[in-house]
Amino acid sequence: MRDAFGQPQRIVVLGGTSELALAVLHAMALDRVQCIVLAGRNEDALARAQAALLGAGAAAVQIVHLEATAPERASEVIAACVEAAGGQVDLVLVAVGMLGSQGDFDDDPAATAEAITVNLTWPAAALAALRPRLVAQGYGRVVVFSSVAGVRVRRANATYGATKAGLDGFALGYAESVRDAGVVVQVVRPGFVATKMTTGLTPPPMSTTPEVVAKIVVEAMAGTDLVVYAPRVLRPVFSIFKLLPQAVWRKLPG
Amino acid sequence: MAEPIPRRLSGWGRTQSVRAEVVAPTTAAEVASWLSDPKIHGGVIARGLGRSYGDPAQVAGGLVLDLVHLNHLGPIGEGGSITVGGGASLDALISSVLPKGYFTPVSPGTRQVSIGGAIAADIHGKNHHREGSFCSHVTSMTLATPTGIMTVSPTSNPELFWATAGGMGLTGVVLEATISLLEVPSGLVTVDTDRFEDLDALMAEMVGGDDRYRYSVAWVDCMAPGARLGRSVLTRGDHAPSGLTDGSVGPLPKPAKLAVPFQAPSGLLNRASITAFNEAFYRRAPKHKVGELQRLSSFFHPLDGVANWNLLYGNRGFLQYQFVVPDHAAETVRLVIDHLSGAKIPGFLAVLKRFGPGDPGPLSFPMAGWTLAIDVPIGPPSLPRLLDRLDDLVAEAGGRIYLAKDARLRPELVEVMYPELDRFRKVKAEVDPNGVLTSDLARRLNLVEGTR
Ligand SMILES: Cc1cc2nc3c(=O)[nH]c(=O)nc-3n(C[C@H](O)[C@H](O)[C@H](O)COP(=O)(O)OP(=O)(O)OC[C@H]3O[C@@H](n4cnc5c(N)ncnc54)[C@H](O)[C@@H]3O)c2cc1C
Repeated sequence: MRDAFGQPQRIVVLGGTSELALAVLHAMALDRVQCIVLAGRNEDALARAQAALLGAGAAAVQIVHLEATAPERASEVIAACVEAAGGQVDLVLVAVGMLGSQGDFDDDPAATAEAITVNLTWPAAALAALRPRLVAQGYGRVVVFSSVAGVRVRRANATYGATKAGLDGFALGYAESVRDAGVVVQVVRPGFVATKMTTGLTPPPMSTTPEVVAKIVVEAMAGTDLVVYAPRVLRPVFSIFKLLPQAVWRKLPG
Repeated sequence: MAEPIPRRLSGWGRTQSVRAEVVAPTTAAEVASWLSDPKIHGGVIARGLGRSYGDPAQVAGGLVLDLVHLNHLGPIGEGGSITVGGGASLDALISSVLPKGYFTPVSPGTRQVSIGGAIAADIHGKNHHREGSFCSHVTSMTLATPTGIMTVSPTSNPELFWATAGGMGLTGVVLEATISLLEVPSGLVTVDTDRFEDLDALMAEMVGGDDRYRYSVAWVDCMAPGARLGRSVLTRGDHAPSGLTDGSVGPLPKPAKLAVPFQAPSGLLNRASITAFNEAFYRRAPKHKVGELQRLSSFFHPLDGVANWNLLYGNRGFLQYQFVVPDHAAETVRLVIDHLSGAKIPGFLAVLKRFGPGDPGPLSFPMAGWTLAIDVPIGPPSLPRLLDRLDDLVAEAGGRIYLAKDARLRPELVEVMYPELDRFRKVKAEVDPNGVLTSDLARRLNLVEGTR
């Protein structure tokens, strides 16, 4: 159960090696957490994350195998995660995703399809599999990692941006569908975050770090804001970006 | 039989809103049938008037039995004994028995609690130092448990009786209870008031003088810094003799005149507004006054004058921190107030009171010593860790936190604070082997082994 401060006891992370999700966990009061379930693919990275979380005070960390290219098996993964968490889940972090480089996607139908599967189809299927469980338990919080890249899609990361636009829209609608059941959904839109996903890329202005995003997400989790920008300044910035004529948008750096 | 309807529920502090199915049974048999319905997987718990602060009267995704309809009030028998429904409110009870010269043996800070809630929390009043908590005045109760309906008393089934006293609804649903009323000569109270500039003076007076009074409680300003730390107002009294009034019992408590119509913006109750309130409260109190006549309602239930005052705390809600420490750990009270004042946590006046010996209930809160209760809004980022620190101080001193107020204790501290928890669990497992009765509180604190 969660406490009066919204502190969860049982957490499931979909995308358990995501630097953002792990930074969020480490920014929380881990000594108050009874069980964390990390669902992911890379076993070494999962084991490292598990050790770090245990070292930081989490009472128990379980690992569940997740293959995001196989959305038809998303419901099995969800069932395994919920069971590992002890039947009830206070918080779900949805952080499955890949960035990729646009040059590799442009002329490659298979790579394009796979990016959409991993970033959009799998998370959406997983959320659908979670929905009846969350509704039945009558409370809970889901934090979906979207991106500003989906707020207005640009040439430089069109495929990634499109998957995030899709997931973002899906999550917003999903939020409404579980609201009456007492379930809170929050969509986080980070800007450019310097992580392993972005090594090799030149950080644009207003880029940020996982720690900054984590702090903002943890603060947001004390409330019910539907959309959370990190850093916060990106909210006004993107409200303007959305209105720019395409000719201007095309020429913006970064 | 009524059909359950999904509803959003939370406690008085409005911090942990969840959805559950809610049904209001009209008969004892109906209550019993819900407890034995195999279709219910999410757990079942009783709810009275929802005046507990956190999450004991709800079970997310489960079934909540709203006891409003089990509100019968029997006739007053031999020696002031009365049998009342588990869903009857103390308000209704007082209104019905006061004209006949009786009063509830224990009165909490609000009349809006049910008999079932009073038993489940084994509530205490301003007379605890002399007369103990609510269940010490209960002579028998009838419970609906998953293994059947049974009537228990301190002699016929002491284990189940006392596990239910303070057992937060987890051992069965109180269908009705027989309690011993207090005979009162009038509907008024004579009150002595004293103001103190610091905590030491207050506590010395309480230790020395409380035994002369049936009722005693002090209001302490936990925000006043430095030398004014612990400035306070002590009010003590007893029922006024009939000669002081016209012979009738005097005015009956009135329904709330004011109501908070909607939720206030979060932050309305902030450091500045609360400091101002505390200051005014202290200044208004007389330095020393004896024999003032007060109505029962203004003495016992001043907050009941404003309905839904909890909405003033805005959408983030608030919590009450209430602990007790044994007599020899009086210093812990000062330490806690020091911490609260030092961290600049905005809190209304805290209530400080002396408890007499506790009763045998393994989860019953009171024990001989000092209890302090303070309301604080959710919001200050340092609050969660500060309260954790205070829990440690309380636990080290051999004290405990009041479960009826809790919304954030660390589960591992429960067995430290309630060393007889296992005795409770054993009784619970006997009457409810499948763990049908559970609540968000029970799940959050792992009160019942096997409940998750
Ligand atoms: C303004 C205010 C002042 C207060 N002052 C005091 C005080 O001075 N002293 C004190 O001790 N407490 C005090 N309290 C706390 C209050 O007395 C307890 O929380 C009490 O349990 C509330 O009763 P309720 O009917 O509202 O119960 P609820 O909050 O609805 O339920 C509380 C618990 O009782 C159980 N329960 C309810 N009905 C039944 C039943 N029929 N059978 C079995 N279990 C049942 C529930 O399952 C739950 O675990 C105060 C609360 C407020 C809001």
